[in-house]
Amino acid sequence: MSGFLTTFFNVDVMVRYLPDILSGVVVAVLIGAAVVVAGVLTGLALACLRTYGLRFWNVLIICFADIFRALPPLVLILLLYFGLPGVGVQLSGPMVLFIVLSLTLAAFAEEIFWAGFLSVERGQWEAGISTGLGVNGTLLYVALPQAVRLAIPPLVNRVLAITKMTALGSVIGVSEILSQATTAQSFSGSATPLTLAAIAYLVLLMPLVLAARTFESRRDKSQGR
Amino acid sequence: MTNRPMLEIVSLQKRFGDNIVLRDINLKVAKGELVFIIGPSGSGKSTMLRCCNRLEQPSSGDIIIDGRNIMSGTSRDLDRMRLKVGMVFQGFHLYPHMSVVKNVMLAQRKALNRSAEEARARSIDMLERVGLAHKADAMPAELSGGQQQRVAIARALALDPLVMLFDEPTSALDPELVGSVLAVMKDLKTKDMTMLVVSHEMGFARETADRVIFMDGGVVVEEGTPEEIFGAPKAERTKAFLSRVTR
Amino acid sequence: MQNLIDQFFNIAIMSKSLPLMLSGLWMTAKLCAAVILLGLIGGLLLSLANLSPRGWLRVPAILFTDIFRALPPLVLLIFIYSGLPFAGIEISPFAAVVLAFLLNNSAYYAEVYRAGILSIGKGQWEAARSTGLSQTQTLTNVVLPQAVRNVLPDLLSNTVEVVKLTSLASVVSLSELLYAANMARSITYNASPLVLAALIYLVILWPVVRLVSRFQRRLAA
Repeated sequence: MSGFLTTFFNVDVMVRYLPDILSGVVVAVLIGAAVVVAGVLTGLALACLRTYGLRFWNVLIICFADIFRALPPLVLILLLYFGLPGVGVQLSGPMVLFIVLSLTLAAFAEEIFWAGFLSVERGQWEAGISTGLGVNGTLLYVALPQAVRLAIPPLVNRVLAITKMTALGSVIGVSEILSQATTAQSFSGSATPLTLAAIAYLVLLMPLVLAARTFESRRDKSQGR
Repeated sequence: MTNRPMLEIVSLQKRFGDNIVLRDINLKVAKGELVFIIGPSGSGKSTMLRCCNRLEQPSSGDIIIDGRNIMSGTSRDLDRMRLKVGMVFQGFHLYPHMSVVKNVMLAQRKALNRSAEEARARSIDMLERVGLAHKADAMPAELSGGQQQRVAIARALALDPLVMLFDEPTSALDPELVGSVLAVMKDLKTKDMTMLVVSHEMGFARETADRVIFMDGGVVVEEGTPEEIFGAPKAERTKAFLSRVTR
Repeated sequence: MQNLIDQFFNIAIMSKSLPLMLSGLWMTAKLCAAVILLGLIGGLLLSLANLSPRGWLRVPAILFTDIFRALPPLVLLIFIYSGLPFAGIEISPFAAVVLAFLLNNSAYYAEVYRAGILSIGKGQWEAARSTGLSQTQTLTNVVLPQAVRNVLPDLLSNTVEVVKLTSLASVVSLSELLYAANMARSITYNASPLVLAALIYLVILWPVVRLVSRFQRRLAA
């Protein structure tokens, strides 16, 4: 038992490498926040565009959403990071991570918001347009608020899943939490930095998990369960 | 042959937190009797019915079915008790993913351990009794509300219950479908089934009930024969309720 | 333009790396089979524990679900793969990967099952119990068949996630599809094997993703 504790909970190692882990946390939070903002807004914009019913754009958006939901993000990350230099485009690790995760989140967010729009009754659109709001006005003031409200529970879930993927940055040298931890692990010869990393992720993401749980139980209650 | 009641409710009380829904209910139902329960919504009549097979847990009091107090016993005893007490719900609640005959067969197979052939034969019998044997292999969604309710009755009857509880069996039905269900219930009465019915179908009560009970505010206000209750109600509350309800 | 095609769509390199990638695909298939099967079963048990009225069962189950929803699968994988040997526990790479993905994914399957079971109205439970069926019999014969039918799109969607998750195994050198593609990339200094891997994933998963979209038409209001 004591062997287990010194392997995974060595206090000296923890104290020594805490600063490194914390700098990794900063990187992860910055990239994560940027991904969430870019991904959700892009997804929302695409879903709004879909409400106009323009065939050409719809096909493009659907293809985009399908492809970025079907492809493993790690494949895209390696593809961009190692492939682009070959055609003269040099992107930093954090930039590649940001682009891939944002596009992936945008794809999922678009589908979630679109499902939200589909759940807004036809009658709402007709009411808005017939009172002179016009298509844009109805979209903005009537349909969008309702679609967004419905989208929040599944969206929180998906945001949670995507922010966890910042850990993939460690594969291409982004100095986020996991890469700091594995570096510290090789230097110290102890598995404790990994424990620190796990704790850091739990602390960062548990609020999101609890938020997701709250939204789910609120939705369950409103449906009379 | 003993003259003990088939169903006996003794000092039944039911509380939901601070809200007392049933206050000291006492009732004896003899074998083959049809007791009809009327009252305004919130009077506790459904709750009382649901206590009889412990779908609601009484806060205090006893329920005695065929001489056996169902308040005590293990969860297996509870399951076995429910074979003797059939219940028909306002919402029918047929299993949508099974055909009609499978709906009637399920409990026979799992709770009574009957063989597939025996269960199916019994189920067809029961479906014939309610006039729906020709729909045995249909799915519940293909049936009308009245037909679904009749299947629900067959499903409960297939377990050879001693008592049948009806919780507003026709309240969710379109008016023209009500008659078919009441006909089945009338048929049950002629076959001497002990029945406890919560319903608004006063005409049915007049024709078939042995006793009518008026409940309000969690107590039995008045009871008597249909002639007594509908013809000459004694309590003010009974009179007020009946004048509101009858056209 | 020609440069772009050379770097990313080099047919010669793609066909040369195909055999390696197909054996990688086979490993991916094995991983998927193990994790999906165990995840479907484990997730069901976890969701039942989540819904249990018994506190000693429910609280640890909820804790388990929350922790493994908050931990990134890659962190879990590294922890198990390189951490356990430190503590003297020997575990094969395949087993480490399956364990890590199982812990992560059963939490998600559990949430899907939970939503499905909760979506079955009280009336079904009451009708079944009133005919003498026990809690377990009701669950198995009446509630679960309907619940699973209701959440089939979400179960399918989560299964797609498992297939994508297997690409992480490349990080610990388990020779699945992405590992093979990355290996080929580093040998040829060309990204085409990675494009080939992406195309293989697309061929397998795009139809499933489309199917899930068609079924998940509406959100609960």
